[in-house]
Amino acid sequence: MMRLPRLRYVAPRTIREAAAALADAGPEGALLAGGTDLLPNMKRRQQVPRILIGLRGVQGLRVRELGEAARLGAGLTLSEMLRDAALCAAYPGLRRAVASISTPPLRNMGTLGGNLCLDTRCNYYNQSLEWRKAIDFCLKKDGTICWVAPASPRCWAVSSSDMAPLMVALGARVTLQSAQGERELAAEALYVDDGIAYLSRRPDEVLTDVVLPPHAGLRCTYLKLRRRGAFDFPVLSVAAALRLDGDHGDAPVREARLVLGAVGSHPVLAAEAGALLVGRPLSEEAIREAAEAAARLAKPLDNTDYALGWRKRMAGPLIAAALRELRGDGPPPHGELARAGVRGRPSGAC
Amino acid sequence: MSRGPLQVIGQSLRRVDGRAKVTGQTRFADDLALPRMLHMRLLRSSVPHARIVDIDTSAAERAPGVKLVLTGAAFPIPFGILPVSQDEHALCTDRVRFVGDPVAAVVATDEWAAEEALGLIRVTYEPLPTIADPEEALAHPEPRIHSYGEEGNIHKRVAFDFGDVEAGFAAAEQVFEDLFYYAGSTHLPLEQHATLATLDPDGKLVVYSCTQTPHYLHRALARVLQLPAAHIRVVATPNGGGFGGKSDPFNHEIVCARAAMLLGRPVKICLSREEVFYCHRGRHPVLMRLRTGVRRDGTITAMELHTLLDGGAYGSYGVASTFYTGALQTVTYRVPAYRFRGCRVFTNKPPCGPKRGHGTPQPRFAQEVQLDKIAEALGLCPAELRLRQLMPPHALTANWLRVGTIGLAECIRKVVEGSGFRERHRRLPRGRGLGLACSAYLCGAGLPIYWNDMPHSGVQLRLDRSGEVVAFCGATEIGQGSDHVLAACIAEVLGLMPHEVRVVTGDTALGPVDLGSYSSRVTLMMGHAAIAAAERARTLVAEGAAARLGVPAGRLVFAGGRVFDAEEPQRGLSFAEAVAAAEARHGTLGTVGSYWPPPAAGRYKGAGVGPSPAYSYSAAVVEVEVDVDTGWVRVVRVHIAHDIGRCINPVLARGQVEGSVYMALGEALMEEQAFRRLPSRLSAALVHKQPSMLEYKSPTCLEMPEVVTYLVEQPEPAGPFGAKEVGQGPLLPIPPAVANAVYDAVGVRIDELPITPDKVLRALQERARNPRRGRVGPESFPHIEWPRVVRVPTPGEAGEAAAMPSPGAEVRP
Ligand SMILES: Cc1cc2nc3c(=O)[nH]c(=O)nc-3n(C[C@H](O)[C@H](O)[C@H](O)COP(=O)(O)OP(=O)(O)OC[C@H]3O[C@@H](n4cnc5c(N)ncnc54)[C@H](O)[C@@H]3O)c2cc1C
Ligand code: SF4
Repeated sequence: MMRLPRLRYVAPRTIREAAAALADAGPEGALLAGGTDLLPNMKRRQQVPRILIGLRGVQGLRVRELGEAARLGAGLTLSEMLRDAALCAAYPGLRRAVASISTPPLRNMGTLGGNLCLDTRCNYYNQSLEWRKAIDFCLKKDGTICWVAPASPRCWAVSSSDMAPLMVALGARVTLQSAQGERELAAEALYVDDGIAYLSRRPDEVLTDVVLPPHAGLRCTYLKLRRRGAFDFPVLSVAAALRLDGDHGDAPVREARLVLGAVGSHPVLAAEAGALLVGRPLSEEAIREAAEAAARLAKPLDNTDYALGWRKRMAGPLIAAALRELRGDGPPPHGELARAGVRGRPSGAC
Repeated sequence: MSRGPLQVIGQSLRRVDGRAKVTGQTRFADDLALPRMLHMRLLRSSVPHARIVDIDTSAAERAPGVKLVLTGAAFPIPFGILPVSQDEHALCTDRVRFVGDPVAAVVATDEWAAEEALGLIRVTYEPLPTIADPEEALAHPEPRIHSYGEEGNIHKRVAFDFGDVEAGFAAAEQVFEDLFYYAGSTHLPLEQHATLATLDPDGKLVVYSCTQTPHYLHRALARVLQLPAAHIRVVATPNGGGFGGKSDPFNHEIVCARAAMLLGRPVKICLSREEVFYCHRGRHPVLMRLRTGVRRDGTITAMELHTLLDGGAYGSYGVASTFYTGALQTVTYRVPAYRFRGCRVFTNKPPCGPKRGHGTPQPRFAQEVQLDKIAEALGLCPAELRLRQLMPPHALTANWLRVGTIGLAECIRKVVEGSGFRERHRRLPRGRGLGLACSAYLCGAGLPIYWNDMPHSGVQLRLDRSGEVVAFCGATEIGQGSDHVLAACIAEVLGLMPHEVRVVTGDTALGPVDLGSYSSRVTLMMGHAAIAAAERARTLVAEGAAARLGVPAGRLVFAGGRVFDAEEPQRGLSFAEAVAAAEARHGTLGTVGSYWPPPAAGRYKGAGVGPSPAYSYSAAVVEVEVDVDTGWVRVVRVHIAHDIGRCINPVLARGQVEGSVYMALGEALMEEQAFRRLPSRLSAALVHKQPSMLEYKSPTCLEMPEVVTYLVEQPEPAGPFGAKEVGQGPLLPIPPAVANAVYDAVGVRIDELPITPDKVLRALQERARNPRRGRVGPESFPHIEWPRVVRVPTPGEAGEAAAMPSPGAEVRP
C-alpha cells in the first residue's frame, strides 16, 4: 500500500483557530477537508505538507442557507449538497456538476471547499514519486521542465474541478478568512491562469463559504465530457448561466455567462460569447455564433485523457448543447453527453 | 450401479465459496498476518534500459527499522515460466530492461520504514538506447535486450505452411487482404498481487501467494532458491481476479521467500497498483496481415496470416503466445490450406503474456472483421457466410487440431434470432448498427508448460464415518468458480449436494498436482480427475452398503444424501451410514483420480500449441449507437451464445460470459496499455502512460450494456459430464462484433482496437471526403526475415481418415 509521508495533524475547533494554525504552519501547512484530493497526492509525494490542519471538527463551515439566494459552507460534503432537494431544484446546474464528481463514496468525503481548491491536474504530475523520477520530474514539482510544452516557462496543469466553472458562471462569491480578517471575492477572481499558483487565495486563508446569486429566473446548466459515467475528471466541460427577459425559452437574453472547464489552468470565462447572446433570443444562429466564439478559447494541451484534437473539436458541440438545453430543448441529443449524466442513467443518484 | 438423471450438474446452486466472499470472510493474501511479520518493498528501475554499474545499499541498511536489503547478487539463477525463456532474475543482476524492473528489496518492520529506506538506495546506471515498439525492434538489432532468442531483438519467429497454400489461393475467385492492429491491454484484477512467506516450525519454506499456478511457482522457487521441492509448500490464496495476470512466477514471490528464509521471520509484500501494471503479462499488442482467398459463394480456399507481437522486456509465455496467434484460426471454419508466420520481439516495456484468450483474440478480431468485409463484397449475409462453411465436428483441421463437438451453428442461430439480425442488419437508420462475429477457444492446453508424462490434474478424496467427503486438488480458485466445479462433480457422483463436499485446493502440500488455472483447463481436466476419484469412492461405499443392506451393489442408487435400493427405495442408508459400512469393510477410505489429455494428432515441430481435448464456440451480435458528430460509440445490447457442451452451474457460467463481455468491451472501446516517450533531445524516458486505476480507462458498470446470454448445450464426449470451458471463449467474438456493428451503423471500418471516438470521427471525415474510403487502421506491415518454413501436409493430403472433408468438394467441376 502507498503510505503518507510523516506529518503532524492539528485539529482546530473554530475557523479562527484554523486560520491561526495555518498562519503558524507557514509553507509547511495545508488544510485537510475530505482529503480525497490531498491525501492521494501526498501518497504520491506531489504535495508534501508536514502539518495538516484538519477541518472536519471546525464549527461554522457547514452553513446551508437557501432563501432567494444560497449560502453554502465550504465544509459541506458533496453528498450533503446532492441530498438537499431544494438546493438542487433551485440550481439544477449545481446539482449536475456535483453529481458528476467522481463516485458516491468519494462524494461522501469530498467537500465543496476542497473541490473549489482542487489542485490542478496533469498526466505528467498525477503520478507516483517513482514514476516522476523516471521522467526526471517537471516544473510543477521537483523539476525544471514542462513536458507538455517544453519551451514554455510556465506550467499548464489543468483546472479539473467540476464546481469551479459553474461557480464562475453563476458569478458566485467566496469568502476567505485569515488570522488578519476576512475578504470576499468573485469566484472568477479566486482562480489564476497558472498551473502552479492556480489560486489567488493566500496561503494563510481558509475558504469558509460560497454565496450563490438569486435563483429566481436563473437558468443554469453544466455539461461534462469524460470517458466513463463515473470516476473520471472532466476533459472538457461547459457551465452556462443565463437570465432571459421573459419566462419563455425564446425570450431575449438579458445576461449570459459561459465558462469552459478543463481547457486551461483556470476556468475560462467566454465573455465575448456571452456578450454575443445578450439582447437576442437563443436562436440556432445565436447559439452557433456564441459556441464558435467560446470554442475558440478552448486550447487544451495533451495532458489529460483523450486525443487532444478530438477534445478541442468537442468544445463547439458541447457549448451549443448547453445553450439549447437552457433554451428548453430538453436534454442534449448527442451520444457523448450521456457521459454528462444527462442521458441514460443519471450519474447524480446518490 | 444405476445412474439416474443429473441432480447437481446443470443446477444454479450457490457457489461453495459464495458465502465467504459476500460476507467478506475470504482471506486473500494481503489479509494474512503472522506474528513477528516483516514487510517488504521493491525498488524498481526508473530507467527503461541500462547496465547496472553500482548499487549502494549502505544507507538503506542503516535506516531505522530495516532488517534486510537484497539485490540481484542474491539471485544468480534465472527463472521464467517457459523452459525456453529462463530470462528473468528475481532482482536484476546487471541490466534493467524497463521502467519497473525490480533492482533491490528492503525488508523492514513496517511498509513505511521499507519505503523510506528504498529512497536511500543509490543505483548508478549506464543508460542504453531504448526500443519502444516492434518496428524499432526490427530496425535496431543492437543493443540486444536479451542475448538469447532468434537474433537481434527478435525473440521468436515461426513459419508454417499447412497444405498447398498457393494452390488454395489459385483456386480462389477473390483474395482479400487486410491489416489489423489490436492494442495491448492489462488484466486489471481488483486484487493487487500479494505474497506472504514464512518458515514452518520444521524450518521449511511456506509461501502464500495469489497465484493462478502454485505448481509452477513451486518449481520456480525450488530452482531459484536451490531447495528440494519437497521442502517448499506453496499455498495459492483465493485470487481476487487473475485473468492470466497471476500465472507467471513473479519476482516479488521469490524475493519474499528468500527474505523469509534469511531472516527466519514471516515477510509480506503487497504490490501497489502501479507495480501491478509493471508485472503486466497482459495482452500482446499485435499487428496482423490477413489474406484470405474465397470463391464467389464465400467459401474459403486458403488463408495466410502474419502476426507481429510486441513482447515487452521478457519472455514470459511469449513463445506460446506467438504460436497461439496462429493456432486457432482453423477451428471455426473450414480452412483447407493455411499459412502462418508469427514473430515476437523484445521491447523496453513490461512483459506481455497471457490474458483471457491468450494470443487468440487478436487474430480472431482480424478474421471476423475480414469475414464481414468479404460478406459485404460478395453480397452475402454474414451469418449465412459463416454457417455455410463451419468446421465439421469430430474432424482434424488443416493444422492437425482434433475438434470434437461444435455447437457453433446453434450459437449463430440463437444470436441471429435473438437480435433480429437478419431483418435489421444493413437496414437500421444511420447511427445504429449490428455486428456479428464468432470464435472458438481451447478447453485446456494439450501439453504442460514443461515436458513431462504425468497427469495434468489429480484429485484425492478422503471419506470417513462422519459422512464428510474431503476433496484435495492443486487447482486454484481465481474467482472463476473452480472450487464449486470440484465439489459439484464429486457431489453428483456421490448423490450429495456441493456444500456437503469440503474442498481443499491450491496447496502443494495437501493436494495432488493440478497444473493451474490457465488455458481454460480446470473444469475439463480437474473435472475428469474428480469424477474418477468419486466413482472409485462410490464403488467402495456401495460395496459396504450392499453388504449391510443385503442388496447387490449394482442396484444401489446414490441420491439425496442416501444410498438405496433402486427397486425398493425405502430400503437404504444415509450417506454417512453407508460410508461407515464401507470403512468397516475396506478400512480407511481414500481414492484418487487423474487426468491426462489425449495425445496431439499433429506430429510436426510446433504441433504442441493448439491441441486441446475439446473446443468451445461462441457467437455474438452486438448492437451499437454511433454519434456521427462526435464519433461516440455506445453499445446498446449484446447477444451472446456460448457452446458450453454441458453447463455445470448456469449462474457461474453466465457470470463468466458476462465477465468476458465486459472485459472484451473494455478492449474494444477504451483500454490500452500505452507508453510515453519524452522528446529525445531532452530525455531518454520511456514510461507507462497511466499506471493507475483512474487513468487506465476500463469500463465501469455504468458502461455495461444489457447482455443476453444463451448457453448452448451439446454434450462433448471429451468433457466431464459433457462440459466445455466458458472462462475465456466468450471474450473473443465481442471486439470484432463491435467493429462490424460500427461499420453497419456509420459505414466506417476501424481496423484497429480500441475503437475510440476520435478514430471513428477521423474515419467519418475521411468518408465524407471520399465515400469509398473511411477506415482507420494500420497502413503497413514491416519486412521480416522468416525462418525456413515448416511444411506440413494437411490431414487430408496425408490420407488421414478424420480429415475434414474438403470444402465444396461435391460442387467442384
Ligand atoms: C478517483 C477520483 C476521482 C475524482 N473525480 C473528480 C471529478 O470528477 N471532479 C472533481 O471535481 N473532482 C474529482 N475528484 C477530486 C475530489 O474528490 C473532489 O474534488 C473533492 O470535492 C475534493 O474535496 P476534499 O474535501 O476531499 O478536498 P481535500 O483533498 O481535503 O482538499 C483539496 C485541496 O483543497 C484545499 N482545501 C480544502 N478545503 C479548503 C478550505 N476550506 N479552504 C482552503 N483550502 C481548502 C486543501 O488544502 C487541498 O489543497 C476525484 C478524486 C478522486 C480520488
Ligand atoms: S503542465 Fe507541465 S509543468 Fe505542469 S504538471 Fe504538466 S508537465 Fe508538469
